Amino acid sequence: MPDAATIKARIEAAIPGAQAEVEDWTGGGDHFRATVVADAFAGLSRIQQHRLVYEIFGAEIGGPIHALSLKTHQPVRNHS
Amino acid sequence: MTDQHDNPIRQAVADAIASNDVILFMKGTPEAPACGFSARTVGALQALDTRFAAVDILPDPRIRQELTALSQWPTIPQLFVGGELVGGCDIVTEMFESGELAELLGADAQAHASEPAVTDGAALQIENRLS
Repeated sequence: MPDAATIKARIEAAIPGAQAEVEDWTGGGDHFRATVVADAFAGLSRIQQHRLVYEIFGAEIGGPIHALSLKTHQPVRNHS
Repeated sequence: MTDQHDNPIRQAVADAIASNDVILFMKGTPEAPACGFSARTVGALQALDTRFAAVDILPDPRIRQELTALSQWPTIPQLFVGGELVGGCDIVTEMFESGELAELLGADAQAHASEPAVTDGAALQIENRLS
């Protein structure tokens, strides 16, 4: 059973420089909500940003991880 | 994996995406969504008075398999506009809130204003939704 801390660690390990906040949305260990901030998202569309994160988990999404709701963006200093 | 020639469901999914300007693959129907994420995505489209085709993926698990194989996107719902995957509930909601969704759909509606969203997607039981 995945937990929020494991998901956070896996995202941060897979995307260099990423900072992730993950919460277990329902407390049931299968619906998670994550906000991921990373320089690696620069120049990518939202679809591409979310794909980067989904790719870390592959077939686990829709399996043991029933849902991983995402918000992705670059560090705020890069907006203006 | 079977290839497209002997895979009628994958072909039907691809055809549905190609022939509908705005198409939502969802759990349940727009009137009776079977999942909160699908419901929220339908809500965003309806709030913008969007005309869209909807496919319920639940009746046959192969629809989801083939859709995900084509789109390389793991979750449902999936919204396509002009043949391109826009995203699922998170992206659609974010784009709705920022106004980008209205812009995308508005531009698309203008470009295709004269084309009715018709489809022969009987294999997928596509429903056209008129707002």
